[in-house]
Amino acid sequence: MNRKEKSEEIHKNNISYNESKKNIAFKDQNLPTLSRRDFLKLSGTGLFVFFLVGGRCEPLVSLQGQTRQREYPEDFNAYLLIGEDGRIRCFSGKVEMGQGIKTSLAQILAEELDVTLDMVEMILGDTALCPYDMGTFGSRTIKYFGPALRQAAAEARAALIELASTELGVPIDQLAIENGFVYDVKRPSHRVSYGQLTKGKRIERYLRSKPQPKPIETHKIAGQPLPRLDAMEKVTGQALFAGDISLPNMVYARILRPPTHGAKLKSLNFDELKNIPEIEIVQDGDLIAVLHHTFDGASAALKRIKAEFDVPSNELNDENIHNHLIKMAPPGNIIDQKGNLEEGEKIASQIIEATYCNPYVAHSPIETHTALVSIEKDEVKVWASTQRPFGVQSEVAQALGVPASKVHVFPVYVGGGFGGKNSNRQAVEAARLAQKAGKPVMVIWTREEEFFFDTFMPAAVVKIRSGLDPKNRLTFWDYTVFWAGERSSQIFYDIPHYRVLSRGSWSGQQSAHPFNVGPWRAPGSNTNVFARESHFDILASRSRIDPLEFRLNHLSNERMRRVLLRLADEFGWKPSPAPSGRGYGLSCADYLGTYVALMVEIDVDAQTGVIKVKRMVCVQDMGEVINPEGAKEQIEGCLMMGLGYALTEEIHFKGGKILDLNFDRYEIPRFSWLPEIKAIVLDNKEVPAQGGGEPAIINVGAAVANALFDKTGIRLNRLPLNRKGVLQALKEKK
Amino acid sequence: MKQKISFYLNGQPLILETEPDRPLLWVLRNDLKITSPKFGCGEGYCGACTVLVDGEPLRSCQTEIVRVNGRRIITLEGLRKGDQLHPLQQAFLKHEAFQCGFCTNGMILEALALLQKKSKPSRAEIIEALEDHLCRCGAHQRIIQAIEEASKMMKGGSNESKREIGRNT
Repeated sequence: MNRKEKSEEIHKNNISYNESKKNIAFKDQNLPTLSRRDFLKLSGTGLFVFFLVGGRCEPLVSLQGQTRQREYPEDFNAYLLIGEDGRIRCFSGKVEMGQGIKTSLAQILAEELDVTLDMVEMILGDTALCPYDMGTFGSRTIKYFGPALRQAAAEARAALIELASTELGVPIDQLAIENGFVYDVKRPSHRVSYGQLTKGKRIERYLRSKPQPKPIETHKIAGQPLPRLDAMEKVTGQALFAGDISLPNMVYARILRPPTHGAKLKSLNFDELKNIPEIEIVQDGDLIAVLHHTFDGASAALKRIKAEFDVPSNELNDENIHNHLIKMAPPGNIIDQKGNLEEGEKIASQIIEATYCNPYVAHSPIETHTALVSIEKDEVKVWASTQRPFGVQSEVAQALGVPASKVHVFPVYVGGGFGGKNSNRQAVEAARLAQKAGKPVMVIWTREEEFFFDTFMPAAVVKIRSGLDPKNRLTFWDYTVFWAGERSSQIFYDIPHYRVLSRGSWSGQQSAHPFNVGPWRAPGSNTNVFARESHFDILASRSRIDPLEFRLNHLSNERMRRVLLRLADEFGWKPSPAPSGRGYGLSCADYLGTYVALMVEIDVDAQTGVIKVKRMVCVQDMGEVINPEGAKEQIEGCLMMGLGYALTEEIHFKGGKILDLNFDRYEIPRFSWLPEIKAIVLDNKEVPAQGGGEPAIINVGAAVANALFDKTGIRLNRLPLNRKGVLQALKEKK
Repeated sequence: MKQKISFYLNGQPLILETEPDRPLLWVLRNDLKITSPKFGCGEGYCGACTVLVDGEPLRSCQTEIVRVNGRRIITLEGLRKGDQLHPLQQAFLKHEAFQCGFCTNGMILEALALLQKKSKPSRAEIIEALEDHLCRCGAHQRIIQAIEEASKMMKGGSNESKREIGRNT
């Protein structure tokens, strides 16, 4: 190429680049991610079954507490494809973050289509390949996605049988499927594989009717404890997380942060950075960062920025926050009510009142928020640790001023979410910096940034007034929860007069908090169950009745009774009013349709105030179970994680300054805490599959608090039940 | 001032020129594209960045690169021999001793260092060795079970257990 040609070539490239940039800039930003038309342009042959998870009006948005940014696609939001190779692929915007859905969803498909698990592939969280999905949270994947997937697979099976009927010249009712083949039941060797049936064709089905899935009794794959599909990559170090992605010319960004929430930048001086080679300083409004081709290089340079901030005065701290929250609470909504509280109070012979509270608690996944953004000619490529790939897509699109359809979020493994990775701030930061710098930028939050920007479990308060009649039966229940929302606050006990009032949600909207809050594994439920089940124990103790018996006396709900009775049996619960000195504690709850109960045995070190949980037995009825081993793993994980919020976890703060910024001060559960754990999943085929990622965590606070009372006679109404609190109470008791 | 530093990485000799005070973690991840050691806390509290240096588990985020000059580094990538998984990897698979998988690197390497020192550790010794490794998903029970199983497998005296890790890979 001579010089002139070369310059023309460059010129041409520039023009096309500029044009494409213009295109990006002026397109409508509110286009849906992937319109149906775009979607159908996806090349390839095979049998496609498109299906819709949930109805259009499903209140997903309010559940998540986010404003609706985009219409849910009307006709489908997931699909599966049976290709020429006979492999079955399902495309969904859900993500795998350790909860095991890659495996359990594949099991549902393999079951319905009668193939081995290795013939199924789940393509999760790729915004270019998968239709829109709100996100992965709320123990909803198996509960809501599972049935739709099963229906879609049943539809695919019906379509394959139709195709085979023509192909083999055999009537439909004479055909069956097995191991990836459709065969003639009268002559099993007369058969055709799924791949042969779909070869060279493009067949589209839209799931509108409800084909009959296989009866559960015939299941061979769903319901089995099959090994995780992500296992091999994870034990060999091959699993790719967002921070493991590497691109040519990429740089790492370290961002200048304020010392407190609400602080304003006053002065800035980069003099000390002048002699550092290979760094670049980028400033985009309030976003100031140092870039370097290594993370440590960027970090070293960041330390040399001289910045001063104006810190607003703020009197709030972890001691006075609860009074502040009560003062600031909106009037709220009645969640559940029956009878008349005044009536109930009239027939009560004693009134028992108490207030319960919990602090801010961090998600602290071991992987911090991470994102890599590369702005290329035709698309913006994003790899992010997120529970909401499509949320990242729209937030990045908005930050860059490009249509969402130009932003492609690639799937990566997520190193723990627990609700905290619904927030995608780091991806927006990476996108803004990549745009300014003109090269791919990786943002990896340090642990300090992770604690600073976490959307904590909100500090919250519950006030309960209740009454007992002379026969030790509850006459009324007046319950108000401040800032934790309604989840698991509804009444399943038999109480003649009750009212449940919720004032302020957990979502952080109309917030009274000094920093961000949001969904934390089983949002709201940890607060509500701690309060209710602690209070039930107080009532049982006042009545001099065994805590289990007291609950059963108020329980006609058969599912909950079954769970509790099985639990008592597994634990070896011997009735005794508390405090018995044994250190036994109990709690039970209902989490969005999953019934779960926990018994624990603890010991208390009177010298140090440390509570040692020795034994935890949990029984869970989550309806039909897809992967019993996966379900058990989730229960075990919930119990272990739950010990953290029960015993130590609390964010200390002064005004907008977060004082706990790493694992030296913020104590999460360790190996030495591990109790003997027994997780029992009741397989209840009469109830459709419910969620399992969160429920078992919600009993831990109350069960441990009740065990502390049973052991020592000390009742603590504020979480966590830490050394300091226990020692103080022991001292006061003497 | 850049300096020449040489070491064995999973059995392969290599030389690189870099500032001697850089954290080993970021040299591995950014310069050498070895991504199994993870960044979790940056202060040595969580253990996700663990690598073995001459068989000793070290927090690579707290280890200056100059300290590994002339030494042998093993990362999780170096455990597998061809298609053959190390017994610890097999046991982690069997017991599903992880959920998100982000802490798995540190758990396996710390366990390996333990088993190389003590082929049949007690449960208390396993807990002590892993105490400063954080797992947020709560896979603790399964991790302990996996290490106990691997200990049995390695004691069984298969060729697999006797091979020197990091050689001939």
